Amino acid sequence: MYNLPTKIQEEILKYTEENKISEKQQQQIIDAVTKIHKMSTYDPQEPMGVVAAQSISEPATQMTMRTYHFAGTAGIQVTLGLPRVLEIFDARKEPRTPTMTIYIEKSHQTLDRVRKIAENIKEVKLRDLVKSTILDLTELKIKYKLDLERLHALDVDEKKLSRLVNVRNAVAELAGEMLHVIPKKKDITNIHKIKFGVLEAHVKGIKGITQVLVTKEEGEWVINTLGSNLKKVFEIEGVDATRTTSNNIFEILDVLGVEAARNAIIKQTRFTLDEQGLVVDPRYIMLLADMMTTEGNVKAIGRYGISGEKDSVLVRASFEETKKHLTSAAIHGECDLLKGTIENIMVNQVAPVGTGAFDLVGKIPQQLPEEEK
Amino acid sequence: MTKEKVDVYFNGRYLSHITNPEAFVDDIKTKRRAGILPHQLNVSYLTAFNEVRISTEHGRVRRPLVIVENGKSKFTPSLAEKLKEGKIDWQYLVQHGVIEYLDATEEENSYIALEVKDVTKDHTHLEINPLTMMGFSANLIPYPEYNRGDRINYGAKMVGQAIGMPSINYLLRSDTKFNIMTYPQAPLVETVTSGPLIAYPEGQNVVVAIMCYDGYNMNDAIVINKSSVQRGLFRSFYFRTYETIKKRYWSGQEDDITIPDPAVRGHRGEDAYRDLGENGIINPETRVQSDSVLVGKVSPLRFLSAEEFAAGIENKRETSMTLRHGEKGIVDKVMITETQDANHLIKIRIRDERIPELGDKFASRHGQKGVVSLLVPQEDMPFTGNGSVPDLIFNPHAIPSRMTVGHLLELIAGKAGALGGKIYDGSAFNHVKEDEIRKAMVDLGFRDDGKETLYDGRTGRKYDVLIFTGITFYLKLDHMVQDKIHARSRGPVTLLTKQPTEGRAKRGGLRIGEMEQQCLVGHGAALTLKERFDSDKTVIPVCTKCGMIAIHDVIKNKSYCALCKDTEIVWVETAYAFKLTLDEMKAMGIYPKIVTEDM
Repeated sequence: MYNLPTKIQEEILKYTEENKISEKQQQQIIDAVTKIHKMSTYDPQEPMGVVAAQSISEPATQMTMRTYHFAGTAGIQVTLGLPRVLEIFDARKEPRTPTMTIYIEKSHQTLDRVRKIAENIKEVKLRDLVKSTILDLTELKIKYKLDLERLHALDVDEKKLSRLVNVRNAVAELAGEMLHVIPKKKDITNIHKIKFGVLEAHVKGIKGITQVLVTKEEGEWVINTLGSNLKKVFEIEGVDATRTTSNNIFEILDVLGVEAARNAIIKQTRFTLDEQGLVVDPRYIMLLADMMTTEGNVKAIGRYGISGEKDSVLVRASFEETKKHLTSAAIHGECDLLKGTIENIMVNQVAPVGTGAFDLVGKIPQQLPEEEK
Repeated sequence: MTKEKVDVYFNGRYLSHITNPEAFVDDIKTKRRAGILPHQLNVSYLTAFNEVRISTEHGRVRRPLVIVENGKSKFTPSLAEKLKEGKIDWQYLVQHGVIEYLDATEEENSYIALEVKDVTKDHTHLEINPLTMMGFSANLIPYPEYNRGDRINYGAKMVGQAIGMPSINYLLRSDTKFNIMTYPQAPLVETVTSGPLIAYPEGQNVVVAIMCYDGYNMNDAIVINKSSVQRGLFRSFYFRTYETIKKRYWSGQEDDITIPDPAVRGHRGEDAYRDLGENGIINPETRVQSDSVLVGKVSPLRFLSAEEFAAGIENKRETSMTLRHGEKGIVDKVMITETQDANHLIKIRIRDERIPELGDKFASRHGQKGVVSLLVPQEDMPFTGNGSVPDLIFNPHAIPSRMTVGHLLELIAGKAGALGGKIYDGSAFNHVKEDEIRKAMVDLGFRDDGKETLYDGRTGRKYDVLIFTGITFYLKLDHMVQDKIHARSRGPVTLLTKQPTEGRAKRGGLRIGEMEQQCLVGHGAALTLKERFDSDKTVIPVCTKCGMIAIHDVIKNKSYCALCKDTEIVWVETAYAFKLTLDEMKAMGIYPKIVTEDM
């Protein structure tokens, strides 16, 4: 008996119940769906990996250098096109432009409230609050003239500022409109170094989130950010943690687990391909994502990932770093069973794929039986 | 306030610093124009870097411009008059500060007017002619400013590949490769540079109809009138000079130029030397085919095995000079001279007539190239009411996406020129205007848009639409099928890997690459895959005990393992390249043991 996937079975059941369809007709539907489903499955020993690779790389070649982006539009500039696809498949620890899409719970869906949340997320550095900097060489002090208007607009209490700005080897104190930073070491070269260090001091918001943008997507207010930190964002009241995502796959792996990471890979790849107007069957991307995540972490495709961990010595040696693989194989006395496709092409034998995956073994009688003579 | 200091660099080396860069640069320029400083010197003040650069080095690209001072060109009408009379020359103008050469950096400091009427007080220079901004080849293209920029690039590149008459004394020359068109023509739509080039034309004017001819001219293919070809259209000669030296060696031996003796090693058989004269050199006007012997030659051999010595084989090797593989022709000229080292030198020039055939490449001057896909007899070609038949049919689909409007203008200008017995000037920026051509066409009794009623040559039926017909200058490009056609079933292999050789000259195979391999894998065609990759298939004896490659003694018809003296040998089929890999591993100190198993 051919078993349809549970999801499809459930859907058929739901449909038949809702539309009050007789059992006989229900069986007919199942038969029809089964027929279609069977047609779209792969046959035993069909090299679906190769087909998947071809199906993804053919459109990818078209993508090379043809990446267009929309400069000047309101929004956050994200890496797209081939660079982004490479980023995903190479399993880079940190994407070039980490971004988050933060969804807000229904109870907080007012523009003011969403803006407030966005404001609290955005990282504010002292640099953003300072009008001018004066180096007082006589007193060996650094004087920062504060932009009080901005300070209030960003809801920062100037009294707390001196505590927030804690730089090594220096003490900060507030003097009216000015923030004085007094280094512990009375040294002119040191004072210069500290001047820049203080400007970079974190005052408010979540570290690394440099841009926030509130937009309306499908009838609800959403915050797009440049910079990503899921853990911190989830702690904020009003953030819908069930839908909020990042494009940093490793962060998702850390915060939400492998299954979420697998979904993120699929979602991100499909998004980038769609963006370029390329059509790839999602199941190929799913296969790829499965390959990348089967061992519970995200592995790259390539030298330090899937390709570098193949069983066959010959295949690894023929891919990259020949010397490394041959020496280690020699030292450990590895054995290549020649079970794969590439190995068999190398030794010019029939590869166990497709038609070559089956052998016909039998004894041929030396003499024909008596009766047939 | 102290003035800012500006660094001065001379040929990239720091010289000094100055405080008044503008005055300094102006001073140098005046002195250069006066002839006190060499006119090959260029100076520029780069505000972005805050430095002055003076260059006198070689390798800078410089171009001449007329100097403008106070909004007035230095090339005055009186000078123009003198130049016309021949009283002064170019050199005079350069030396007297009328024309100067600018390099790329000095050009940055200049404000150049394109034409005399554009000159204002701010201008520093004036173009001699705006078309000097383009190169020599690009200036051969008529109406270039009506084309898209990239088409000019392609067109200029293809003009360089055209077969024409690049030299007139070609019969006296012995270039290794040389193409000559039999009846080249001057273009009907000329340009400033095609004038001086009149003695070295590069193509022919052909009657073109812009229409489709069934499917034969799709995808940039062109259809050519077979009868035109038979009358000599685009015919060319291909010359190739072969040379060989009668070498003398250290041992006192030397090469011998004769008809090789059958005893000589590598003898090609009596038949191969049939065309050679008594002196071992082929006679002029002999028809030769691929791999024919041109000069019979034998060279002394270094080593001879003991058996061969005993057998009395002559200590000589055949080293004849043969025609290249895939080429043919007629021996045009035989030259016998000496090299500088007083060795005999034999040069043989082969001539081959090239008649346009399917697959030859042609192009107009607008980057519109195409390959001949069909030669149609004149009677099947379309014809006009007055009975004229196009030589070439060009597909209209080649126009919209490439936007080569110049191509269309040339076609109509060429038509007007041919009908009116005039040559029209199509030089960049300054050419005969479209209106004038249209007027000329009307005066000649033709439609001003160049369209004509055509009739299908096969059926005699009138075409429903008017067809744009005219004359275009076409180039035959140096890419002919005869030089490229290649196929192989069996053939030579390389010594090291036993895999087929690469390239047409070596009768090589066509590589099935990694992606083609993946394609077969993707289809699951395992046996096809194996078959495609067994060009270097070998069967090797393997010892069942140690897994190393064993020895097979052909004389005793016995196989044994040299390591374990065992005779339990199995024959394994693999790629020779794999055997080579195993050998290399052994050389690295890795023991690649082959474990065999019964099927």
